[in-house]
Amino acid sequence: MVDPIPLTTEPALAIRDLRVSYGANPVLDGVTASLARGAMTAIIGPNGAGKSTLLKAALGLIPATGGTALAFGKPVVQALPRIAYVPQRAAVDWDFPARALDVVLMGMYRRTGLLGRIGKAETAAAMDCLSRLGMADFATRQIGALSGGQQQRVFLARALAQGAEVYLLDEPFAGVDAATEAAIVTLLKSLRDEGRSIIAVHHDLSTVSAYFDRVLLLNRRTIAEGPVASTFRQEAVARTYGNQIATAIPA
Amino acid sequence: MLADFWGAEFVPLTLPPLVIATLAALTCALPGNFLILRRQAMLGDAMSHVVLPGIVAAYLLTGSAATPVMLASAMAAAALSALMIEGIRRLAGTDAGVAMGITFTTLFAAGVLLLEQSGASSVHLDVEHALYGNLEGLIWFDATGWASLLDPIALTGLPPEVAGLALVLSIVAGAMWLVWRPLVIATFDEGFARTAGIPVTLLSAGLVAVTALAAVAAFSAVGSILTIAMLICPPATARLMTDSLPAQVRLSLVFAAASAILGTLIAGYLPPLIGLPGTVSASGMIAVVSGGFLALAAVLGPHRRPRSA
Amino acid sequence: MLSALLLQSGYNATLVAIGAALLGFAAGMVGTFVNLRRRALVSDAMAHATLPGIGLGFLAMVALGGEGRFLPGLLAGAALTAALGLWAVQALTRTRLAEDAAIGAVLSTFYGAGIVILTVIQTLGAGKPAGLETVLLGSTAGMLEVDAITLAMGGALVLAVLAVLRRALVMTAFDPGHAAMMGVRTRAMDAALMLLTLTVVLLGLRVVGLILVVALLVIPAAAARLWSDRAGVVAVIAGIIGAVAGHVGAALSATVPDLPTGPVIVMLCFAAFALSLILSPKRGLLRRFAHAG
Repeated sequence: MVDPIPLTTEPALAIRDLRVSYGANPVLDGVTASLARGAMTAIIGPNGAGKSTLLKAALGLIPATGGTALAFGKPVVQALPRIAYVPQRAAVDWDFPARALDVVLMGMYRRTGLLGRIGKAETAAAMDCLSRLGMADFATRQIGALSGGQQQRVFLARALAQGAEVYLLDEPFAGVDAATEAAIVTLLKSLRDEGRSIIAVHHDLSTVSAYFDRVLLLNRRTIAEGPVASTFRQEAVARTYGNQIATAIPA
Repeated sequence: MLADFWGAEFVPLTLPPLVIATLAALTCALPGNFLILRRQAMLGDAMSHVVLPGIVAAYLLTGSAATPVMLASAMAAAALSALMIEGIRRLAGTDAGVAMGITFTTLFAAGVLLLEQSGASSVHLDVEHALYGNLEGLIWFDATGWASLLDPIALTGLPPEVAGLALVLSIVAGAMWLVWRPLVIATFDEGFARTAGIPVTLLSAGLVAVTALAAVAAFSAVGSILTIAMLICPPATARLMTDSLPAQVRLSLVFAAASAILGTLIAGYLPPLIGLPGTVSASGMIAVVSGGFLALAAVLGPHRRPRSA
Repeated sequence: MLSALLLQSGYNATLVAIGAALLGFAAGMVGTFVNLRRRALVSDAMAHATLPGIGLGFLAMVALGGEGRFLPGLLAGAALTAALGLWAVQALTRTRLAEDAAIGAVLSTFYGAGIVILTVIQTLGAGKPAGLETVLLGSTAGMLEVDAITLAMGGALVLAVLAVLRRALVMTAFDPGHAAMMGVRTRAMDAALMLLTLTVVLLGLRVVGLILVVALLVIPAAAARLWSDRAGVVAVIAGIIGAVAGHVGAALSATVPDLPTGPVIVMLCFAAFALSLILSPKRGLLRRFAHAG
């Protein structure tokens, strides 16, 4: 297993006492977590544990009723240029007149800006992002004409084009084919090796150890957080999931 | 002026528009309740626009402006527009709003062109009546006072719209009563309704047909604006007042009737009171009153807020 | 008729045809974004909501001793009530009503109010009310040089704003959440799109009329979508379709008697849409039949 990466100065994402409720029901009941820089961290927990909500609230996409989220020591809103987020399945109009390449180019908006022209350099950079996910051959396909896994790869390529330092991914492997899953894992690991931080909501307990360095066990509040080897243990997972004990997990 | 209110002028001049507007409002509000719940409100808009080309085409083809011919042709136009909307959605892959926008503007434009080019406009129909309605023109020549309501000979002189709308209202109400349960279930949960063996597609088509019938009948009496207003505003108002569907339907009828009555009276009696010569459009005023009810409900209605997830 | 198309039928008719072409181009371009952001029916409500403003503008100008039909005054009134109508749609969608119900309610109520005000003007016999109804279905008859210049300048302004905002508008329409994270001010973009739409509606009142102006926004854009999978290309094609329909429609209406301008332009737009539906390289009916056969 990969050795736990030592915490550098500032964590990629520092969440303190984050609270979210829908109506009267608390979804996040004071979550505190410090997610390391340069690591791949899995957020795991049972259905309704608030995994997706944690990402969205940390990003300010849904209002929190309390608590703070800092990225690289700054409020997330100020750090947004350094953050890329890939939702579970983008809620877009799949009939939109945009090709895979156009979608990836949208990831470069901060660089090209309002009046900036998209030139050869930008197109080449976007093509490079697509190739890293094995999607170069599909660059001129309309986004809705791709398979679900391919669409997911295009949205990852868009995140890649953002050149972010931390990637927040909501179930990147949900409902994708094996080829896509392999392509995404390879990409994420290479990003990690470049010193970037990956934080992904993950639901497949059997692949946690193979894919991730660190793990955040969540069930409305933080159950445990730390290196996979020492944290992803039967006892902690059992506490996270109630009494459903996953036998695949080391005791 | 107010002295005329109960006098001999009210019954021949004001009562018929009042009754016709009320019948039209009730007829439209009934199916409107389901259009709103199914997010098909704009279907009513589309229907009331496409009635015009249907009527014009029928007039040009048959040379007749008899009510049954008009009704049948307008129904045919409504059916055509429903097919067109669905066809454009499927073939061009547009969203429903665009498909409706294309359909009703094109058919309406075709109706206007037919009307202007054929010269029919000078004979029997004109675009203004289609848009404004002609409520004020529907008067009861044979009436001399309230007593005429009991006079069988005078009653035969009632504008034919009264009987026509009463008939359509009873058809619409009867149809809704017959399919009430399955319609409610299919509106709430289409998937469940399918598994429960409810003919969902047939019901949807039936709702479109009933809406078209209501729109057509109302259109020829009160014009297109009032038709749209009555299909949408009273049910929308009622929706903000209650959580119960039967109560919503009942309330929508109350708002529809109240809008029709108040609107007609305001249009006829307010301008003279404030010193304006003549009257203003009753159809327009009814639409404004129904919108006023909706605005009030949006500010004060006990169930105005959406349920949070 | 041919001479009208070829700009040889007199100075005014030529100006009007050019003005209508520019209007059509701007409307097609803006309409592309309106369709992508799913605002087609909202813009219809906005167009209908101009009517009370036109009437009020007329009354206000007559009350001030003016002539009543002074176009900028009418347009100012129209803009005011259209904005009010848009606000009302947004306020109603904050209740439990769905957007379509809000749109229908606003459209019919404002339109009804407009009709009431028009009948007030008629009964007053004030000013010169005749001709005010032309805003319903449009008419290029009696259009002057200044009207054509207004169309040209308004259209140019719309196109300039679109050129600057196009990418932000596309991103907002495609994935508003992502756009916001990328620093696009999506609310401002939505407001800008509505302002652009309002400008097209106001420019189009005179030519196409308020009942049908939504067609000039929606139909060329829907037709153009059938020809390309790229938003920018779709917008340009939509502009061209709108321009041709506007130009030919205005020219036809100027030469053939009893041919109201708005409906002619709308029918031409639809003809372009129907042709696109048959011939489109990806979704065209011809292609489908070829595949089936």
